Amino acid sequence: MARAISTRSKIGWTFAAWAVALIIFFPILYTVITSLKTEPEAIAGFNLIPSFTLENYVEVQTQRDYFRPFMNSVIIAVGSTLLGIIIAVPAAWSMAFSPTHRTKDILMWMLSTKMMPAAAVLVPIYLLFRDFGLLDSRIGLTLMLMLINLPIVVWMLYTYFREIPGEILEAARMDGASLWGEIWYVLTPMAVPGIASTMLLNIILAWNEAFWTIRLTTTNAAPLTAFIASFSSPQGLFWAKLSAASTLAIAPILIMGWFSQRQLVRGLTFGAVK
Amino acid sequence: MPREDTTMATRQTRTLARFMMAPSVILLLFWMIVPLAMTVWFSFLNYNLLNPGNVSFAGLFNYRFFLTDPAFVQSIWNTLLLVLGVLLITVVGGILLALLLDQPIFGQGIVRILVISPFFVMPPVAALVWKNMIMHPGYGVFADIAKFFGAQPIDWFAQYPLLSIIIIVAWQWLPFATLILLTALQSLDSEQKEAAEMDGANFVNRFIYLTLPHLARAITVVILIQTIFLLSVYAEILVTTNGGPGYASTNLPFLIYRTALLGYDVGGASAGGVIAIILANIVAFFLMRAVGKNLDR
Amino acid sequence: MKLKTLVLSLCSASVLAFAAHAETITIATVNNGDMIRMQKLTDDFKAKNPDIDLNWVTLEENVLRERVTTDIATKGGQYDVMTIGTYEVPIWAKQGWLLPLDDLGADYDAADIIPAIAGGLTADGKLFAAPFYGESSFVMYRKDLMEKAGLTMPDAPTWEFIGEAARKMTDRANDINGVCLRGKAGWGENMAFLTAMSNSFGARWFDEKWQPQFDQPEWKNTLDFYVKLMNDAGPAGASSNGFNENLALFQQGKCGMWIDATVAASFVSNPKDSTVADKVGYALAPDNGLGKRGNWLWAWSLAIPAGTQKADAAKKFVSWATDKAYLDLVASKEGWANVPPGTRTSLYNNAEYQKAAPFAKMTLDSINSADPNKPTVKPVPYVGVQFVAIPEFQGLGTTVGQLFSAALAGQSSVDDALAQAQSVSVREMTRAGYIK
Repeated sequence: MARAISTRSKIGWTFAAWAVALIIFFPILYTVITSLKTEPEAIAGFNLIPSFTLENYVEVQTQRDYFRPFMNSVIIAVGSTLLGIIIAVPAAWSMAFSPTHRTKDILMWMLSTKMMPAAAVLVPIYLLFRDFGLLDSRIGLTLMLMLINLPIVVWMLYTYFREIPGEILEAARMDGASLWGEIWYVLTPMAVPGIASTMLLNIILAWNEAFWTIRLTTTNAAPLTAFIASFSSPQGLFWAKLSAASTLAIAPILIMGWFSQRQLVRGLTFGAVK
Repeated sequence: MPREDTTMATRQTRTLARFMMAPSVILLLFWMIVPLAMTVWFSFLNYNLLNPGNVSFAGLFNYRFFLTDPAFVQSIWNTLLLVLGVLLITVVGGILLALLLDQPIFGQGIVRILVISPFFVMPPVAALVWKNMIMHPGYGVFADIAKFFGAQPIDWFAQYPLLSIIIIVAWQWLPFATLILLTALQSLDSEQKEAAEMDGANFVNRFIYLTLPHLARAITVVILIQTIFLLSVYAEILVTTNGGPGYASTNLPFLIYRTALLGYDVGGASAGGVIAIILANIVAFFLMRAVGKNLDR
Repeated sequence: MKLKTLVLSLCSASVLAFAAHAETITIATVNNGDMIRMQKLTDDFKAKNPDIDLNWVTLEENVLRERVTTDIATKGGQYDVMTIGTYEVPIWAKQGWLLPLDDLGADYDAADIIPAIAGGLTADGKLFAAPFYGESSFVMYRKDLMEKAGLTMPDAPTWEFIGEAARKMTDRANDINGVCLRGKAGWGENMAFLTAMSNSFGARWFDEKWQPQFDQPEWKNTLDFYVKLMNDAGPAGASSNGFNENLALFQQGKCGMWIDATVAASFVSNPKDSTVADKVGYALAPDNGLGKRGNWLWAWSLAIPAGTQKADAAKKFVSWATDKAYLDLVASKEGWANVPPGTRTSLYNNAEYQKAAPFAKMTLDSINSADPNKPTVKPVPYVGVQFVAIPEFQGLGTTVGQLFSAALAGQSSVDDALAQAQSVSVREMTRAGYIK
């Protein structure tokens, strides 16, 4: 009896969930559809069936090579994430396992550095980058994004590490493990899921960062955000081409996100889930 | 197991802890203090980027000028409305969505993928898509739907500029909230749920007395992280309304953007930046007080 | 560890890819069609200058402007050639940021540049930027709808006629709006149109003492006329429409008239994109019989920052891209209709071009009727038709644009918008030291 009801309600819930999911996904779906339309079709009003032309993708690729900005995006996003993790893990570890009364203040202060409005510090940062020769360099951009996201990374790792029971560390100490041994053999394996999901979130944030990545680059280090900016709002029709460029820019991160969503979920909860 | 006892090992740990914290603290200090010091310094100067030969000391004039900007008061208000509006939509919507996705459904994996996708879209692209393909009163999807039902299409960016931007930003952040809340929800002990059902608690009561308290910490995380990002939204405004009509969609970051990158008024923008940092820290302080306890368990 | 290997190999691969070059110059351009075409013709330049490599940075207009302005003002030295507009040239030239372009080679026929365009790019008698394409604004209208309304468009209409025609052509049941005009807030969006329009109403931004003039009746007439016209005959959502939104509407056959940039003519008359390609007529921007028409003047131009280490190579490039020979090159590869317009008199005397571009004469007449050095009926202390060439204008123009778009959206009255515009302008101009 219970089974029959639950199947019926399952169908009902399925219908509702799919409807909501499709509504939320619709703008992205429509972008992909538009990328397969001709330019006049793209502005001709609502139409879900494109003429399946690939001319926009061809046009986008001949106008601006996709590969180099794609590589730059990968290098900058992955590089800034790795660097950020290397710096943040020890800090978050010490905050989680040897907290002092100032730990919370330090965390709060770190987060507050993220609140500086980018436009207000553009000139100082630009001058610094110029003087250090970092303009239009992947190293400069990697550093920049690492610093921007470092507070979030430290914070995520901190909340994640706090979930690790202190008893395990005590036990390890009893067994005479050194401090580094403690981190390496006890803590790291337990923290790997947290670190992995922190990295994933950071890659997404770095990939989508669209202020500094455009303002501090010209050609050599320009990532996909700059690629998009070269297709947005020229004089003339551009919707289909912009949609194609957007699809190209979103696709890698979307695919990565799809494959890693479970990992992502675990880190995003900040250990709210055990 | 108190973590702050006073054995030898702990003292050693303490020293090591400082040592390990040092790189990120020093980096962030440098990162914060150098540009901040320059910003504070510039904020006391008459300095227009397009007229660099004519830089002079201005005292507190830039601050007075920024604070008396006709758009200033409304921009603060708009900033708060934007943050609160998006938080409200994403938290409430996120809980509802999480409850929905927590039900037994066919194709749960695919549904979840569809729901989290907006999080991967770059903000300027999201704004362009929404402005022109969804919300445009002439050829947007909303207008087509309205026309289908014989209604007058809504001119979103003229009639409800701030709401339009809230919708766009909320769309981008809804997946984030849903994901966190969904996983928190799924961790709720099914035995507890069943016990509550046995006791005859209806859905609403179960939600209020069991589910919601369980979600408290996840909700706190959503609010904290999103607030940090929402306080600095400007790209969506730039692409859609340019802060108009009037000052109806001008928020503090956009006002600073306008001063810095349209007016090239480095002095004024720096003063605005300092003001924004102070205000953001006040918000953060109250936020931590209000919800921070949830993080301590 | 796989990831690490991957990253390392990617790094080294990209380092190799960018190593070892001859002289490379970096060129910043906007992403408009004519510049994209120039980029595709790079090979021709390479063939003539094998020792110079070109590095292109293509960005949308607003982002590009931010980038190059920040860079040149902080002496960042990221670019060797910059694409800038008529607004920037006088300001930057005054700061000494640009190299004068009086030696672009023996073949470079500088006298052939349309005088009105050259005038906007000249300071102290020297050319500081070479025009790549130039535009004014004019009326594009639907011949069929005009006929249906029982009217004939004169070559030089008045605002009164435009108002009457727009109201007669409007047929909202069939989704036809009499007139589409810019409404999106921004100094280069609605304020470009409104400032040019106000010139024909006898208005001006500032009097000779830099006192803002929004409290004068001329501005009230301008804004009143505009708001009423748009309410009666404009499209829905006008307050967020810029050039591209109106272009889309016009191409879809939803506008009876559209007053905007002359370059739009090649888009609306292109049958590939436009559903109304064969029905478009052109006329000069309207006036009120006061001696000034409501059309603007703009030229996207190539300039060389004074700090560049590669001035010679940069000059070779600028000369190549803005020379007469470049027009022939584009014509031979892409046809005369795709030649960058509005820079050279000789182009408008070319019979083939006149045949390919039916709007050629009207474009030239529009350009010639705008004078950036004497833009208004009453005297003004500034240069610029649809802008005021002072550093403060971008910020101020955008603020005023926001206020005017509120009037268009019906969120404030015309009087309120003007009063606020006046007080904002007084505030800004006092601060910047213009008003003593």
